[in-house]
Amino acid sequence: MTNRISDETIEYVGILAKLELSGEEKEAAKQDMGKMLDYIDQLNELDTEDVEPMSHVFPIHNVFREDVVTNQDDRENILKNAPEQKDGAFKVPRTVE
Amino acid sequence: MSKQYETVIGLEVHVELATKTKIFCGCSTEFGGAPNTHTCPVCTGMPGSLPVLNRQVVEYALAVGLAANCEIHQYCKFDRKNYFYPDNPQNYQISQLYLPICHDGWVEIETAAGNKRIGIHEIHMEEDAGKLIHDEWEDCSLVDYNRSGVPLIEIVSEPDMRSADEVIAYLEKLRMMIQYLGASDCKLQEGSMRADVNLSVREVGAKEFGTRTEMKNLNSFKAIARAIEGEKNRQIELLEDGKKVVQETRRWDDNKESSHAMRSKEDAKDYRYFPDPDLPPVVIDDAWIARVRERQPELQTEKLARYQKEYGLPRYDAHILTSSKHLADLFEETVKLCGQPKEVSNWLMTDAMRLLKEKGQEPEQISMDPRHLADLVKMVGENVINRTIARDVFEAVFTENVNPKEYVESKGLTVVRDEGALQSVIEEILEKNPQSVADYKAGKQKAMGFVVGQTMRAMKGKADPAVVNQLVKELLEQR
Repeated sequence: MTNRISDETIEYVGILAKLELSGEEKEAAKQDMGKMLDYIDQLNELDTEDVEPMSHVFPIHNVFREDVVTNQDDRENILKNAPEQKDGAFKVPRTVE
Repeated sequence: MSKQYETVIGLEVHVELATKTKIFCGCSTEFGGAPNTHTCPVCTGMPGSLPVLNRQVVEYALAVGLAANCEIHQYCKFDRKNYFYPDNPQNYQISQLYLPICHDGWVEIETAAGNKRIGIHEIHMEEDAGKLIHDEWEDCSLVDYNRSGVPLIEIVSEPDMRSADEVIAYLEKLRMMIQYLGASDCKLQEGSMRADVNLSVREVGAKEFGTRTEMKNLNSFKAIARAIEGEKNRQIELLEDGKKVVQETRRWDDNKESSHAMRSKEDAKDYRYFPDPDLPPVVIDDAWIARVRERQPELQTEKLARYQKEYGLPRYDAHILTSSKHLADLFEETVKLCGQPKEVSNWLMTDAMRLLKEKGQEPEQISMDPRHLADLVKMVGENVINRTIARDVFEAVFTENVNPKEYVESKGLTVVRDEGALQSVIEEILEKNPQSVADYKAGKQKAMGFVVGQTMRAMKGKADPAVVNQLVKELLEQR
């Protein structure tokens, strides 16, 4: 494995993904990520000069909806997904801007 | 302050589009519903839900982009901007980073200093976030996702502005343009138009830009002007003290007239954008662009020029009339019915504006029927009612949308043309006021004014003032 992931990087990626990793998990993740980067290096060896970058796997475009209201009030069901609710709203720990 | 500084400003303007439904689902965008009553699995970010793009969002974005002289990315796509915050239930916002729909345009602004082009870096489509309400009682936050998924366009300018005046002129220009296109109502107070100000200062003549800050929470033109002034002075003071400006996001507090740095999240800028796999790309062919161009309405700048040329209105009047699309429409529809553009303009410029001011309303709130205004203008032109009466009738038309013909008839307000009747009224007044007659004979012109006033009063304003003047004069001379 040529790509070595530093402790700082794995810490930072963990923070971005909101994951708390144990020491063991961190080591495993470092291994996995190193392998992924190795694979990307391998792909980089290919000549892609004349290949358009792909942004979607299916050869389709322009899938649209018309601007017509189709959804009615379904608050009761939607709020079933809330861990806690209050006054018709999702209740979450206090946020500070 | 020994050195001369220059302020460099660029704007990020978010505009809520006037679609009926959200950008990726069939939920209503109507404002003011009870919390979470306009939500579904898509706009609350439920796993397995599939966003589908609202065609009208693309139409509006194209219309705004073309009006702002932009190039169009005919192959454009959506990207995910990843961050965690409760107002964003998917943990990413669907936006456009790599291929925004419009780019490299400009709008022309006009300030006291003259005309200037402001560059548009790009316009992209994205979704709005939910709304957080802080609950002081339980020390928690409540989330309402009605706004989550409401379509926005973000208009990013080049750092081309140098003063608060230019910023206001630029925002006015955008607002007018977008309102005329019908793409949004652009109300700063209600948040359908939001502006973030990127500002830096540098010494006059310097080539490099200074370090910039971004200012948020600006919800009126006045607040924007004050915030620009405050931030400019803060940065200059720092530099004068030999300190450095820190690149940060600041929140403007318009009550305190000062800003404070928003708590910086170390990871805040690492959004890890990547193409959204749920949304296939959007391909905009030449025919589509041509169709949008074809549909573009006459914009304010064009109307302004036409009103002066076609209707012979002074620039000032044309400017006021075109400053609201609604007002301009009312004006044009009325002129179509009764001609007399100058007369129609006068009614709107003076009486309508005065009534709006009294009621604290905006021109958009005028509900007057153009047919009624046209009838009123005709009645004045044909001398069916005199101007004094007409102003009262106008007020009734303006506030209660009454039919002026019926109103005038039912109240018996038409001009009295019967000179015989008028004559006997004047004779009677002269009988009762011998002193006035004597004064007039002694050369006091004022006495005549008194008699005219008394006559108009006796006629309850319904007489033609010119006729009354003439008759009073004749009858006084005869005595």
